[in-house]
Amino acid sequence: MGIEIEKIRGLFPVLHQEVHGKPLIYFDNAATTQKPQAVLDALTNYYEKDNSNIHRGAHALADRATRYFEEARETIQHFINARESAEVIFTKGTTESINLVASTFGRKFIEKGDEIIISTLEHHSNIVPWQMLCEEKGAILKIIPINDAGEILFDEFEKLLSAKTKLVSIVHASNALGTINPVKKVIAAAHAVGAKVLLDGAQSTSHLTIDVQDLDCDFMAFSAHKLYGPTGLGVLYGKREVLESMPPYQGGGEMIKEVTFEKTTYNEIPFKFEAGTPNIGDVIAFKAAIDFINQIGKETIKAHEDELLSYASEQLSQIKGFFPVGTAAEKVSVLSFNINAMHPYDVGMMLDANGIAVRTGHHCTQPLMKRLGLEGTVRASFSVYNSKSEIEKLAEGVSRIARIKNK
Amino acid sequence: MSSIQEVQDEIVSEFEILGDDKESTIYYIMELGGSLEEFPDQERIEENTIKGCQSKVWLIADEKDGKVHFQADSNTDITKGLISLLLRVLNYRSPEEIIKAELDFVERIGMGSIIGSQRSNGFASMIKQIKLYALAIQTKQNA
Repeated sequence: MGIEIEKIRGLFPVLHQEVHGKPLIYFDNAATTQKPQAVLDALTNYYEKDNSNIHRGAHALADRATRYFEEARETIQHFINARESAEVIFTKGTTESINLVASTFGRKFIEKGDEIIISTLEHHSNIVPWQMLCEEKGAILKIIPINDAGEILFDEFEKLLSAKTKLVSIVHASNALGTINPVKKVIAAAHAVGAKVLLDGAQSTSHLTIDVQDLDCDFMAFSAHKLYGPTGLGVLYGKREVLESMPPYQGGGEMIKEVTFEKTTYNEIPFKFEAGTPNIGDVIAFKAAIDFINQIGKETIKAHEDELLSYASEQLSQIKGFFPVGTAAEKVSVLSFNINAMHPYDVGMMLDANGIAVRTGHHCTQPLMKRLGLEGTVRASFSVYNSKSEIEKLAEGVSRIARIKNK
Repeated sequence: MSSIQEVQDEIVSEFEILGDDKESTIYYIMELGGSLEEFPDQERIEENTIKGCQSKVWLIADEKDGKVHFQADSNTDITKGLISLLLRVLNYRSPEEIIKAELDFVERIGMGSIIGSQRSNGFASMIKQIKLYALAIQTKQNA
């Protein structure tokens, strides 16, 4: 069954507004998605009716809040098909999830001369934590090269693998180009040399069906706000045995079993990694976001987004001066492009004047842009609530802008 | 030569003609960039860039007959247009005039809502750098 676009759009209050006198067309979904009414309601309901600190509260509100909080954890467990909900750790976002692994797994298991492999496609959040760790430990960061289409060179990746490889941290779907990496193959090859694998799922979780058991990744990091949920909340999935082998992340309440001034023992996972009062309201609202996705179905969403992507590529390719950036065979619904002789900032601003929200610049992937010989791109990214008629408006806008310099 | 205030008034009335249509306003700003004088290639270096701008902006200044002569360039057309507006008001004036100049046209044309808050910060950095150059030249003149 296809998407009933008007019905879905009706669930997103923010979409129904004008920007600079034009109806808003929101194509910045890879940066953050909009939130359906159910998520907004879950947030206000929590603060209106259930607000309370969770775990160990001896009263009805604390009990309700704890139940909803842990139900959300279970919903996320099923969403990514983790073995158990204890493998789902709440963080501030993908960036914190990656930093958590760098500072705990990294602190314990990475030693001088060890190697960590990432790819050219990485977001800065999957580069800098590893650079910091490598600098501290005297470890070495290796980079998987890509071809001009924006696909990793798997043969070159295999050459980088050795007994020294301790961790491969790779993006599942590129935020800048949309490339879907062959992560199952990457994970199997990394495991063959005894390395652990972290997947940056910030982009992939909203577009692809995720099965962490089938993928067999050791960690997966993602953010709620790119999945129709609230900002400031993310998840780190980790295999139980790996999480148990790691030292805690931050010290504080919630993460302890027993504290004495002589010695503290730590709580079980996931609490060991969740020091302090968590982001309760947003976790509960995140469940509403996942429920929204499940109601439509990932397959249906993907089919709709794929259709939008191919329609956009077809429409925009006809424009003189347009060139796509990132033409991988497997892509999520991200269309990065440039207009000949025009700076992406200028294109983005002209589109904004038409009510069309896109992102411009290096998309926090400066090494990737350098590899492609570009300062940046214009990025239009499509979501469940976008329509073909919006893409036609984008094509009209880009066409008018391109004519300034491409007569 | 018109006074700083007269030039600013001119700019304000040009933008009033454009009205509320954001697209035409941006087109207009982009076109203004074309009026900048040719920027010397050898000056397109890191030391001449303005910090705090998202896009690259190069700005240099020298003294001509006691006045300050600015040259500027950018890799984006909108930014070029923005600098050309500033230079239209402030180029070839005495250091003292530049330092004292109150650039009320920025607010009067609603620059903040035209270019957004991030670019507005960059625009403020340009003004600051222009004034710093003027101050440096004034110091040299008084030495």
